[in-house]
Amino acid sequence: MTQTEFLNIVMPFKDKVFRLAKRLLVSREEAEDATQEVLLKLWKNKTKIAEYKNVEAFSMTMTKNYCFDRLKSKQSKNLKIVHSNYEEKNTPLQKQVELNDSVSWVAKIIEDIPEQQKMIIQLRDIEDYDFEEIAKMLDMNNTAVRVALSRARKTIREKLTNTHSYGVR
Amino acid sequence: MVLDNIEKLLEKYENGETSLKEEQQLKNYFTQETVAPHLEMYKPMFMYFLVNKQEQFTKDVPLKTKTIFNYKWISVAAVAVLMLGFYFGTSLGNSDLGTYEDPQLAFNEFSKSMEMISSKFNKGASTVGYLNEVNKGTSTLGYLNEVENTTSIIFKRN
Repeated sequence: MTQTEFLNIVMPFKDKVFRLAKRLLVSREEAEDATQEVLLKLWKNKTKIAEYKNVEAFSMTMTKNYCFDRLKSKQSKNLKIVHSNYEEKNTPLQKQVELNDSVSWVAKIIEDIPEQQKMIIQLRDIEDYDFEEIAKMLDMNNTAVRVALSRARKTIREKLTNTHSYGVR
Repeated sequence: MVLDNIEKLLEKYENGETSLKEEQQLKNYFTQETVAPHLEMYKPMFMYFLVNKQEQFTKDVPLKTKTIFNYKWISVAAVAVLMLGFYFGTSLGNSDLGTYEDPQLAFNEFSKSMEMISSKFNKGASTVGYLNEVNKGTSTLGYLNEVENTTSIIFKRN
């Protein structure tokens, strides 16, 4: 397999890998490293790529596992503290000042929900995967995914409603 | 009507029962300018989803193609070098120094080189002349015989 062939396979989902890594690791640099690591692992095993049924789902699972490993190690725990006050940069919507605030508030809410729900929100609401794919990536069954997703959505809505009606910031 | 539909979809959405198509409808609704006031709080959420989808991975990944050095090419190169060696070895090997057509000229050249050889030879032979000294030395050794004679007289050997 040549480099271009490999890139053609990887290009469509490399951003998704990156965003999932960023969702879990919060820090942009950490997420970049994770993405790089995942892509390099794929490249090293490029001879086996044809055997994988779904390279994209496989990569997402790999990303998830890699990020969990990172989170478990002490080193990244320190990093997480450093970057917990991160702000979304370069978003075109930041022009809308009053929205900007509540949008970053959503980021904070999502940061606080459990890791699994975080991933499901990321995969479903941001990346638009269907339930079967998510279930395969996260090694869960369909109903468990639905339940976790519902819980996450409700939590986000509740917290948003609170901030919206009371202005608790 | 539309709002009613949206509210229903929101409920389904929270229960995790919406299809991707229905979710797209919700996203479209909440990313437009005006949203019903009592649903205002959903707006940042869908905005956030939309914004996050645009984030890209920009770092370069160094994909190195490991070129495994093929040792069989070394043998190919060795054979090539050997072949070249044989080829040039035979073609450059003839030591033809040329010859003289005119016999007189050839004789002159021959005697000239012979003269050179003899002069060099004489030089070498003159140094060999010192060997005569060795002969002189051995002749003086003859006196030792005299010593032997006298000792034989003393001990009356004979």
